[in-house]
Amino acid sequence: MKIGLLLSRVRVEEKWLLASLEKRGVNFERIDDGDIHLELADPGSWSQYDVVLERSLSFARGLYITSLLNAWGIPTVNMAYVAQVCGDKLATSAALARAGIPQPRIKVAFTAEAALQAIEELGYPVVLKPVVGSWGRLLSKINDRDAAEAILEHKETLGSYQHSVFYIQEYIEKPGRDIRAMVVGDETICAIYRTSPHWITNTARGGQGEICPVTPELNELCVAAAKAVGGGVLAVDVLEDPQRGYLVNEVNHTMEFHTLAPTTGVDIAGIIVDYAIAVARGDIKTAVPSQSLPFPMMSVPQAVSVSVHPFRFPAGMA
Amino acid sequence: MTTQLTGHCPECDAELTFNDVIEGEIVVCSDCGVDLEVISLEPFELALAPMEEEDWGE
Repeated sequence: MKIGLLLSRVRVEEKWLLASLEKRGVNFERIDDGDIHLELADPGSWSQYDVVLERSLSFARGLYITSLLNAWGIPTVNMAYVAQVCGDKLATSAALARAGIPQPRIKVAFTAEAALQAIEELGYPVVLKPVVGSWGRLLSKINDRDAAEAILEHKETLGSYQHSVFYIQEYIEKPGRDIRAMVVGDETICAIYRTSPHWITNTARGGQGEICPVTPELNELCVAAAKAVGGGVLAVDVLEDPQRGYLVNEVNHTMEFHTLAPTTGVDIAGIIVDYAIAVARGDIKTAVPSQSLPFPMMSVPQAVSVSVHPFRFPAGMA
Repeated sequence: MTTQLTGHCPECDAELTFNDVIEGEIVVCSDCGVDLEVISLEPFELALAPMEEEDWGE
């Protein structure tokens, strides 16, 4: 059995993953996504891998490399279709909506005029997000019409075409925090509150972590959200609405866990490596969801075999 | 066993010592705060980490 660890940079998470792979005595290889080139008709040396654990910093690199690997029948953690859904906020919202997962109200528009109309209908404040992006970058909380007009014009004029896909989310008056929960297979293995005086609570933006108990309700919601995007190793961000309770904000497929692991004491890297080993051994079958993906353009070749096997941790591990 | 490596920050020239770093790792200059990438271990070489790109993230 051989595992590939695909990465762009060695952050602390990759260091922990490398240490976990070494500790388990697994045969593995580090693959730098900036050095490789792939021949579409010939997997070549890629066929030596029983699974590739994708940790690319770049969404595009991770997505395209895993798409090719999956097309060749090589499973990846996570699978390309999961990256496709999680890497695009609108695709994620569509997948969550289809699965009936509670989430904030979302509108989408494609011109500044239509976006302004959508914002006015939703009511201020709203949050405008790029459909592709991370670490809380370029999120705008819009409190009034003046701000809406200015930001929409800037986005339409200065942004790439993707910034003219206006993803508009109602603003949730959360209690100064949100929840980051880590799902592996069929279980929420740990969660933290990310607390910040700023409305953006990402730890990449200075949010602080503290332990959040994984209640049966939170576990069920996060596992359902993870399954809705295709399942695997996923970080689910949850908002607490004073009236509606938990709302899923987004699902991340190549999550960071430098705050989550030390705060909860859970060996997240070890659990991810064990999951990857289980996929490599065929104990977990990765499958394209039976329903079609949220957008027709997202159909992917069904290269990897069917039937989902619940992944269970050996007792005492998580 | 801890392996200590010493180099200079390419931005501010501060002398920096790191424990158990590996190739490709991102470290921070304790003097000027810039992100650095460990380019090689032997010889120990540091370079400015690449700027974040738009599709980078988690």
